[in-house]
Order: sequence, then structure tokens, then C-alpha cells
Amino acid sequence: MTRFPDSQPLDRRRFLKTTGLLTGWVAAGSSLALMAPAPARAWAIDLVVLTSAEGATLMAVARTIAPHDKLEDAAYALVVQAIDGEAAKDEKIRKVVRAGAAALGSDFAKRDESTRVGALKKIDSSEFFQALRLKTLQVLYATPMAYTYFGYEGEAFSQGGYLSRGFNDLRWLPEVPLQDSGPVPS
Amino acid sequence: MAAIDFKDDSAIVIIGSGAGGGTLAHELTRRGIKVVLLEAGKRQSLNSFSQVPGEAFTQLTWLDPRTQSGDWGVARDFPTLPVWHCKTVGGTTVHWTASAPRLRPWELRAHTTYGNLAGTSLIDWPMAYDELEKYYKIAELRMGVTRRNDMPGLPASNNFKVMYAGAKKLGYKQVHTGHMAINSVISDERGYCIQQGFCVQGCKMGAKWSTLYTEIPDAEETGNLDLRIESTATRIEHDRQGRVNAVVYRDREGKEQRQEARLVCVAGNAIETARLLLLSESAKYPRGLANSSDQVGRNYCHQITGFVWGIFDKPIYSWRGATLAGVVEDEVVNQPQRGFVGGYRIELLTLDLPTLPLVGLPYGWGRDFASIIDNYRNLAGLFINGEDLPRPGNRITLNSNVTDAFSLPVANVHVDEHANDRAMRKHAQGQMSKMYEAIGAKRVVLGPVPPATHNLCTARMSADPSDGVTNAWGQTHDVKNLFISDGSVLSTPGAANPTLTIVALALRQAEYINRQMKAGEV
Repeated sequence: MTRFPDSQPLDRRRFLKTTGLLTGWVAAGSSLALMAPAPARAWAIDLVVLTSAEGATLMAVARTIAPHDKLEDAAYALVVQAIDGEAAKDEKIRKVVRAGAAALGSDFAKRDESTRVGALKKIDSSEFFQALRLKTLQVLYATPMAYTYFGYEGEAFSQGGYLSRGFNDLRWLPEVPLQDSGPVPS
Repeated sequence: MAAIDFKDDSAIVIIGSGAGGGTLAHELTRRGIKVVLLEAGKRQSLNSFSQVPGEAFTQLTWLDPRTQSGDWGVARDFPTLPVWHCKTVGGTTVHWTASAPRLRPWELRAHTTYGNLAGTSLIDWPMAYDELEKYYKIAELRMGVTRRNDMPGLPASNNFKVMYAGAKKLGYKQVHTGHMAINSVISDERGYCIQQGFCVQGCKMGAKWSTLYTEIPDAEETGNLDLRIESTATRIEHDRQGRVNAVVYRDREGKEQRQEARLVCVAGNAIETARLLLLSESAKYPRGLANSSDQVGRNYCHQITGFVWGIFDKPIYSWRGATLAGVVEDEVVNQPQRGFVGGYRIELLTLDLPTLPLVGLPYGWGRDFASIIDNYRNLAGLFINGEDLPRPGNRITLNSNVTDAFSLPVANVHVDEHANDRAMRKHAQGQMSKMYEAIGAKRVVLGPVPPATHNLCTARMSADPSDGVTNAWGQTHDVKNLFISDGSVLSTPGAANPTLTIVALALRQAEYINRQMKAGEV
């Protein structure tokens, strides 16, 4: 997987209306691949106010905050997209994010994890870091990619709940006697 | 639905449509009494409930600004959200997890049972348990509580099987799927629980009792209810004699309206109820309405809470199934030899993604934090629900430094934990950890104290008017035609999730108001 491939086929117009772009490849068989129109497996996320370099730094921050090695970049890119969206609406947020990314340095994303952790520990009470942490948790763990990755099945009403889809399928512990449980409706 | 004139002073105005206000509205209107029901939030439906956790939170939650202070963990971990309750028709009964246990007789005699504990303001309830029990029975029928009457228990989910096995290993006896206001069979024209696990997002089945689709439509059917949504009460007014006679509110356009009233019932959840009384200060009532005792907003209780997570080496899929359907009740006893007074329940719980890392885990980031979420499939969850002790300094006050959309001071929530609170939480988390360890947990994670969902006691019932705000019927000591109809009136919180008690007291209050009106007393 290439994080920022040079040979990405891109729509030129995007460069006209956006300042930055995050791109990547989606692993075959992933939930994002399932959502994307075949055969497109590349993803690209427009950034409205942040530059590609700032986007790359923020993506590395998100991955350092919530490191899940096999969770694809596209999920982390959605965090950056959400931050970019807020930065576009709110000048104060934009300043905080810009200054924070600049302070980490343009090579932050290329550093190894322990270096990144060390750098973030130094600023972990800052407004920048706190905003990044909150946004990472809010957005990353709500992505379809994360749901698939962690096995979370989410919304259930449209499929009849979990009543017939395993709400009581645990077999490695004793069953609960009926008097302490209740009948399964059928 | 009735359209009641602004100048119609024969109507009762109820502020808030949750467990207390929604139930009371039904009980009064079915007796032929005209009611204007003011609800600050919008009206959702089974169809409109969002099943996207973040969206559902925004759709249902009271997010108007508040501040907080004190040494409780919430002030540190959730500085902008001291409490988590709803702003929507149906109030907090829309997102509640539907645990509906009764208080125990000794819990109504907290002062007598626990004694004079330093740093507390304990009182006994001004009513006998038998009296409350009568209304518990009606409430349980009304709400369809499981393991009561003919309503069977809910079936055991995977998360409960883990809880049950651990509890039994520790020798606990009273372990079951709980007294839940969730239909286990078709009843009350509502379906049965299909184990969605989305209790907190609004039950799209309507299997979980909520005033939104039970009491309120029933009240509307009487033709005596005028429900006004997106209507935020800002002030209760009174006449020269000191009797309340109108409620001023902002409508959905932000325009100020004034509804005359024969009698006013406040049920805005303990934070906003106290705030509204304090906001309604006047020359006659300089400390706020019903506050000659200076007790409005004081003695704020929220019950002892906290998460415990067990990580196992086999899958659990804890999110599948009714969120809170499981309880250990053996610790609902007063045994000071445990190092604290009062009891607690061990309750089943789990959280969705992304709520688990946002609310359920101790603050953190990086590898160790992420490794807990990596185990989401294999995670089992528990929650404490215990009695906290009233303290005069734990209180709701007006904070003039921060104002709401109508330029009114917001509520500040101040909580300093009592040593008893900390000792109870420690004991409970210890027992819950042992439960998981006894059945082979690889790791136990103690979560934080989340924003308070059980907001209580800020306008409490008291035998002595100097100890509280209302009498045993929620009628304020100071103003005869002003009633409090939500969890604010509980004299002490006990260890039972409060909704059943709030409903029982609202049922009882409706009878009392009806009697008093007929007798010309109010």
C-alpha cells in the first residue's frame, strides 16, 4: 500500500477548488472497497483549507493516537477530512490546527512511532492535541472501516435486531437457568 | 389535541415531558383536566430515531451550555458535559436503558439507617414505604416491567452470560436479567424486544417504555392536552398573594410567550428544574421560587457510577442485545462493615463504537489504549449504580458568567465526592473485577465516571420545610399551587435506577392534585 502515490489518476478540477488532497489505496476486500464503485480502489479526499502536507501530518497524529496497524489509511483520512471541515468553518480551529501541525514539523509523518509518541507526549495537554484526540476517537471509531475491523455490527433494527443473529450465541460459558433469564420470543 | 388559550387560567402547565412530566400529563388529562405541556426539545418518532450513535446523541441530548466544578471525576474527564439527559419529547425516557428496580424500605429511611454522617445532609423520606409500594405496583403494570406481574424476564444475552458466570463464581444469589421496562412479550400495543442493543439511541421497536409513545399519545387522545414542543420555560410568575399564575417561555422562533396557569408542575430534570426555580426570583421570593429554605439546587445526587470492562480470549459481541438487561442485587444492602453505608447494584452495560473510547475508557491514547479497542469483540461490560450521599454544597447554582441562547445564566453543577462515595465505588469495582477474573479475564479495565444520567434530589421532599423544598406529594412548601414532578423530589437517591420511582411519584401526585382541585385547595 502506498500512502501518497505519485501516479494517482486525479480529476484536475479538484486542484482548482481545494487546497490539499489525501490519497491512498484501499486493501482489496475491505469495507471501503465494497462501498467504492468497482474497479476504483483508490481513494482521494479533498481538503478545503488544509494543505496536503498538513493533512499528512494530521493523519500521522491520528494514527499515533489510535494505532491499529491493519486499519487502513482511508479511515484515518476521514479524521483529517472532518478536521479540515471544521477548520474551514471556524477560523480559530483553523489557526490551532495549522500551528499545531507546523510545530510538529513537516517530517512528522515520516518519523518512527516512538519519536511521534515522544513528540505528542510533550504537547498532550495542548488545545491542538486535545482537539485531535477527540476528533480521532469520534470519527475514526465511527467509520465503516473501523466497524468491520473491530467486528462491530452496529445498527440492527433494519435486520430484525440481534434476536436471531447471535445475541445469545455464546457457548463457552454455562447457559443461564430460565428462572434468571427469560424465554426467547419466536 | 386541545388548543388552550394563553389567557386560560384554568389549565395546568407542566414543564418537561419525561418520566415525571409525561406521566403526570396523562394522569391529569384522563381525569378531564386541561394541560399545557411545555417541552424544550423536538418530537422524534420510532421512525426518525437515528441509529448512528453520534447523530443519535445530538438528536436527543440536552446540549445547551452548562458549567461544573468540584472534585468529581466528571469535571476533569467531561468538562463540557456534567450530565447526560435528553431534550426531546419523552425526555430522558427516550434514551434511558429501562432498568426499573424498586427502592428498598430502608432506603427511604436513609438518615435513620445511616446515622448522622459528617459532611452529609441526609433525611428520611416523608412517606411510608407501603405508600410508595402501592404506586410502584401501578407503575410496573403501566410500564410493563419484566419479572413483575405477567411480564416474563428478558432472555440472557452473551454479555449477561459472562456477568452471570462471574457473579455465580463469587457466590452472588440475586442475579437475573433485571426488572426492565422493556416488553419481553407483545403488550400495551407495543412489540417485544428484538435485542437491538440500541436502547440509548431510542428504541425503534418501541419495546422499551417511553412517555414519547405511551403516556403522551394517550394524553393527546383525551383531547385535554396541548403539547407545545421547542418551548423553553424561562420563568414562572406569581400573583400578589405569592401563588404562581403563569409560565413565561420561548417558542420555537425564540419569541417570548406567556401561558396563564391555575397550577404549575416543574419536571425539567433536576438540573433545569432547580435552575428554573432560581431564575424565577422576584421581590417576594428573592432567593427564587419555593426557596425560603435555601434548599433549591442543594443536596444534588447523581448516584455512584463507573464502568468495569473484562477482556477475554473468546468472543462476546457485547453489543448484541438489550444494553442493561442484567443485574446483581446482593450488594443492595446496608453493611457498614464493607467500609461505607448504602448499597449498590451491579448492572450489565456495554457501549457502541465510537462511544466506548469516548466515554467508557479511562483517558488515554496510544498503543495500550488502542489495544483495548482491538479486543472489542471479546469485551464484556458492567456498571455500578449505587447510592451517593446528599451534601449541602453539592448543588446547582446559576452561573452568570455563561449564558444560554436567551441570555439567561446557565446552571453550574458542583460536586465534591464524599469519602463514602469513593469507598463504595472502590468496593464495587473490586467486586466486579473479581467477577471477571474468576472466569478467566485476560485483563480488567476500570473506566471513568461518565456524565451523570440520574439527576436527583435538588428540590427534595421533606417532612420539615427547612430541610427541603416540597412535601410528600411534590407540592412546594412555600407555594401551594407549585409542584415538582421529576427526580428532583427524591429525598435521597437510594441505589435503584430512579425512573420507576419518578413514575410512581407522578402517579401519586396526579391523584393528590385532582383531590386538592376538587376540594378547592389549589
